[in-house]
Amino acid sequence: MSSIYEMDYNVGSRDFAAAGDASRSIKRTLQQIGVDTSVVRRIAIASYEAEMNIAIHSKGGKMHLAVNSDKVVVATEDFGPGIENVDLAMTEGWSTATDEIREMGFGAGMGLPNMKKCSDEFSIESSVPEGTRIKMIFKL
Amino acid sequence: MKLFEIKDILGAQILCGEDKLGDEISLACGCDLMSDVLRFAKEDVVLLTGLTNIHVLKTAEMANIQCIVFVRDKTPADEIVQEAQELNMVIMKTKLPLYEACGKLYKEGLGDKLYE
Repeated sequence: MSSIYEMDYNVGSRDFAAAGDASRSIKRTLQQIGVDTSVVRRIAIASYEAEMNIAIHSKGGKMHLAVNSDKVVVATEDFGPGIENVDLAMTEGWSTATDEIREMGFGAGMGLPNMKKCSDEFSIESSVPEGTRIKMIFKL
Repeated sequence: MKLFEIKDILGAQILCGEDKLGDEISLACGCDLMSDVLRFAKEDVVLLTGLTNIHVLKTAEMANIQCIVFVRDKTPADEIVQEAQELNMVIMKTKLPLYEACGKLYKEGLGDKLYE
């Protein structure tokens, strides 16, 4: 089934001033389409966590938004370096973030678990050094 | 609790959103860790924080948080206040530290029913 709306976004590595802007755009788009407020909030939070992860931990990457009549899909892929132990990365509180990131208010090790919590379906695959792909599905 | 009551209790200064001080909120979240705000905060909260970077605003926008109080007399950059204004948010600042600001609001009944 073809999507009602699709959009791609680039996310720069360590570009913290711009990080989050793709998720802002995603949120505003979904609001304009008329998606239910509580679903928009879950999508916005999960997208923002994913976007910050790309900016903080990767060499840059992309986000893709697809809106269908029955679901919204947010997919991300980055250009490495990948996550060595995905199970460990999914543990609340586990983080490799530096003090600089923590001073910014991130790097608490809550990002990946929160994305899983916010989405109805969550999948992650990662290989070192190629990169990480995440797919989140939100039912409408 | 209405936002103007929060302003009075904290002796806060309004940086933007003066026209929305009649809005009501029922919970507060005191936090410098935006990851935790994104994970745990409810929608209908006032966010009290000592962080003043742009990600506080972006976090609030994503989580549908309409009011931010900057503590410890921290002042966000003009661009942040301007953006907040465009997002129809209320921004305040208080001289109180985070612990004391949260304590005063809790004592006055804000968020008292969180665990009921």
